[in-house]
Amino acid sequence: MISIGRRAVLAGLAAATLPRPALAQGARGRVVVIGGGFGGATAARVLHRAGLDVTLVEPAETYWACPFSNEVIAGLRPMSAQGFGYEALRASGVAIARTSAEAVDGAARQVRLADGQVLDYDRLILSPGIALRFDALPGYDAAAAEVMPHAWKAGAQTELMAKKLAALPDGGTVVLSVPGNPYRCPPGPYERASLIAWYLKTHKPRAKLIVLDAKDTFSKQKLFEQAWRALYPGILDYVPLAAGGQVTSVDPAAMTVATDFETYKADLACIIPPQRAALIATQAGVADRSGWCPIDPVTFESRLVPRIHVIGDAAIAGAMPKSAFSANAQGKVCAEAVTDLLAGRTPGDPKLINTCYSLVAPGYGISVAGVYHPDKGVLADVEGAGGTGPLDAPEAVRQQEAAYAEDWYRTITKAVFG
Amino acid sequence: MRRFALLLLLATQVTAFPAAASPPGASSCSGCHGAPGGAVPSLSRHSAEDIAASLAAFRSGARPATVMNRIAKGFSEEESRAIADYIAGGGQ
Repeated sequence: MISIGRRAVLAGLAAATLPRPALAQGARGRVVVIGGGFGGATAARVLHRAGLDVTLVEPAETYWACPFSNEVIAGLRPMSAQGFGYEALRASGVAIARTSAEAVDGAARQVRLADGQVLDYDRLILSPGIALRFDALPGYDAAAAEVMPHAWKAGAQTELMAKKLAALPDGGTVVLSVPGNPYRCPPGPYERASLIAWYLKTHKPRAKLIVLDAKDTFSKQKLFEQAWRALYPGILDYVPLAAGGQVTSVDPAAMTVATDFETYKADLACIIPPQRAALIATQAGVADRSGWCPIDPVTFESRLVPRIHVIGDAAIAGAMPKSAFSANAQGKVCAEAVTDLLAGRTPGDPKLINTCYSLVAPGYGISVAGVYHPDKGVLADVEGAGGTGPLDAPEAVRQQEAAYAEDWYRTITKAVFG
Repeated sequence: MRRFALLLLLATQVTAFPAAASPPGASSCSGCHGAPGGAVPSLSRHSAEDIAASLAAFRSGARPATVMNRIAKGFSEEESRAIADYIAGGGQ
């Protein structure tokens, strides 16, 4: 006990003579971060601020953000509002390798980049996002996605979906296919359904939307269903798994979407396919048979390969949903844990928050929140906290939540991309 | 006495040493709370006492909110106090 105290005092004394970042951290080592989204860009920023040697690997010049991209589809927002460059991050001093990571060698602790460079690391943070599974739904491959957009990675697909919706004839049928869990952004398909329904109601009142779901329950379900009953009767037809909603195949040439019970003819089909962690996670050996990455809930270190941490949508983060807010919160916690580990300290148990807004119409927002902590080896809900907002909230609250959603987006993208 | 003062000084630094690691939950706040002027209230220029009192009022339900009631219930008084100190100290 005494010796620990003395060591701590000595550490404090030593720290007092070191420059500021080292004083705060006492950490040494090289960190590579793969993926410049909400998780990776955040982690790189925090690590750099802590005075660590960090390289962010990201091939794209512009990051296209998914949150609010459903508004772009519905014509409520320009695509330019979704694009973020890396200039500010670079200007803040974060080293960015503008190329993709081709291979990770966990034993040699090296990342091989597409431009031939090899980066050594002491700790690697993977925040690679998702891969859409083009092998999971018969008929739905990369070519089919040009006809039946998924728009589940923001960018060209978002614009394609928006263009197709704008070109839909009045009286046309839109079919939206929703996958089973887990997938990126649990309430996202239902926000998309809501805003497509809003678009139809406003611009093409004779058109219909059929939502085919591979499950029976979903995030913010009561709030969504209440809003759909109030706002979109006769426009939005929701078919859950129990009513035969699981899509079993698609035919892009015939523009049909089939379940075991029925074949739907669509004028516009949006197919959100099953997903998995991005390919580099599988290549690095950190994805398990589910296609996702099991992690330690304190440090986000992979359960499968030491010294590789996985954050964001690719990780199996227990009760934490795959959201931009989660990825951002995980980026900070993981970066601090990595800093501790590189300084020879044992990271303490963290708590993480997720707050997620969905728009069911312009000016009508709903939310879900959660607080998470490590419990029995996984990130679990802190009991008694979180949940959705009340069903009987007045209109002013819906308006306020829509305004909070806008402001959240502004704040988080500024914090991550500068 | 001088020795005591030195120890106290060192002890303060020892406490401050893991300052890089924010208290549980604290780093999530900046996901919503940013610069002043937006719909979500900024936390800058609030004292630790203010923030801790707000978190306590959100937790008890004394202060109505949209999401903060649900979030504050996930933290004990002690944890809330640590978060308040961190945020008031300029932590992000």
